[in-house]
Amino acid sequence: MTRAGEEQRAAAWLLVLPAALFIFAFTNVPLLATLASSLYASPIAGHGGGFVGLDNYRDLLSDPGFRTSLLNNVIYAAVTVPASVMLALLMALGVNAAIPGRATLRLCFFLPTMLPMIAVGAIWLFFYIPQYGLVDRLTRFVGIGDINWLGDTATALPAMMAVAIWKQAGFFMIFYLAALQNIPPVLREAGALEGVSRFYFFRRVTLPLLGPTTLFVMVTAAINAFCVVDHVVEMTQGGPNNASSLLLYYVYQAGFRDWDLDTAAAATVILVLILGAVAAAMFAVFGRRVHYR
Amino acid sequence: MRSGTTPARQRHLAATPAMWLFGLLWALPLLYAVWAAVHPPLYATEFELRSPLTLSNFTQAWHAAPFARYFLNTVLLVTFTVVGQCVLGTLAAFAFARLDFFGRDALFSALLLQLMISPSILLVWNYREISWLGLANTIPAMGIPYLGSALGIFLLRQNFRTIPTELDDAARLEGCSLLGRLWKVYVPLSRSTYVAFALTSIAYHWNDFLWPLVISDSVSTRPLTVGLEIFATPEQGVQWSLVTAATLLSSAPLLGAFVIFQRQFVQSFLRVGIR
Repeated sequence: MTRAGEEQRAAAWLLVLPAALFIFAFTNVPLLATLASSLYASPIAGHGGGFVGLDNYRDLLSDPGFRTSLLNNVIYAAVTVPASVMLALLMALGVNAAIPGRATLRLCFFLPTMLPMIAVGAIWLFFYIPQYGLVDRLTRFVGIGDINWLGDTATALPAMMAVAIWKQAGFFMIFYLAALQNIPPVLREAGALEGVSRFYFFRRVTLPLLGPTTLFVMVTAAINAFCVVDHVVEMTQGGPNNASSLLLYYVYQAGFRDWDLDTAAAATVILVLILGAVAAAMFAVFGRRVHYR
Repeated sequence: MRSGTTPARQRHLAATPAMWLFGLLWALPLLYAVWAAVHPPLYATEFELRSPLTLSNFTQAWHAAPFARYFLNTVLLVTFTVVGQCVLGTLAAFAFARLDFFGRDALFSALLLQLMISPSILLVWNYREISWLGLANTIPAMGIPYLGSALGIFLLRQNFRTIPTELDDAARLEGCSLLGRLWKVYVPLSRSTYVAFALTSIAYHWNDFLWPLVISDSVSTRPLTVGLEIFATPEQGVQWSLVTAATLLSSAPLLGAFVIFQRQFVQSFLRVGIR
């Protein structure tokens, strides 16, 4: 072992230490601690607490509030992910074509993504208010009566989905736009020579080449669907009757309104498992079919 | 393709109005908010083209809540977080890119866990930790969980590895210390990576809400997002003109920066996203 080598090793650890300390302290350790604490009961008056195995999870699953939040979140993801991805692709195709005013159009699509989710929530609160909101005026115009979009159990969750899609689709658009501009023009020329239709070209050439982008965008959208609840906190507080509650919102309420840390820990673990499964599943499904350059 | 009426061109002409309608629909919520913000409350929901214009909603909103303080808090929070992330990230990325030490790859993979599990979903436990450290309701507390950024380390390490070792060796022969080489060779050659990461991180932390909501509890720490939420939460007699004005005010710096530096922002998001 040379002296220089040892010095280098010591220097390397010193360089890594500060960042590693912060990441471990606020990501890895809380994750393990949450997992551990989900298996224990907190000592409360009369009970000593201690190891309870999966009891917290059993309690969690028997809580209708949790079941609703979980189901809501799955539906929310199942709608917002494909809708955002498809709209983003449509936006990118439109803006990529040489149409007049495309710079303005691109700005229209992209600006919502630069707004804080809280600002988006405030704007849509105003948009949704019964009678005066623009949404209600438009729906009345086409003959659907007054709807309290955020106050009705049937419409609260879809209203949240619209907000999320509006906020994120433009962000995904820029990734599709970049990918479209990377497709070699030679391919289009070859396609034109062969006389293939535009739709056939799109389906057999463009879409496969956009595969990696679609994978990235879908994973990001799925993570957003489970990790962003700012609009729920602001617009509906999960209501009415949990109709718009999502998993992270449930965790937030369990942790900071009910101070039920065991339940919050178990629900967080479920959330982490879902995030892991989302990432794993998407790579397993798409991994083989994605075309990498 | 000289003649203007090929089938493709015709389809194109039909697609343009459709795209414009799509864009208008997309801009509608924002336009509606702008409309309400620049007209007197009486006209907030009346689309009368000759309604009088006013800026009084902005001045009223500005004075109706301590927005100046919220702005300051957000600027402090974002500066603290992003500068911290860059400094710590640079040190760690250099070690991961260019030094050989026991456990390097295992440690690197352990840190990358943060790319999937953000500290923001572990908020219950992080709240405990921050309270235990006695830092609850301080501005640093809002940034501390993010100070170590796996994303920043990842991006910088990737860039550092592309820098020719000859440059590094030359600096070493001239007697440059390890930190000197890092500062004089690696940092200047990674400017675009710093810009990309910093712009992404600024956008994220300027807009972050849930963690600041639980950890800040007073006017002197609350960032804009939390202040806006308190101001905008629907109650009886809420003035929509004021709410929309406050919303636009608090989003204005980032929106303005984006409109001016559009290309840099988009390039940064692409670079960070695609990695």
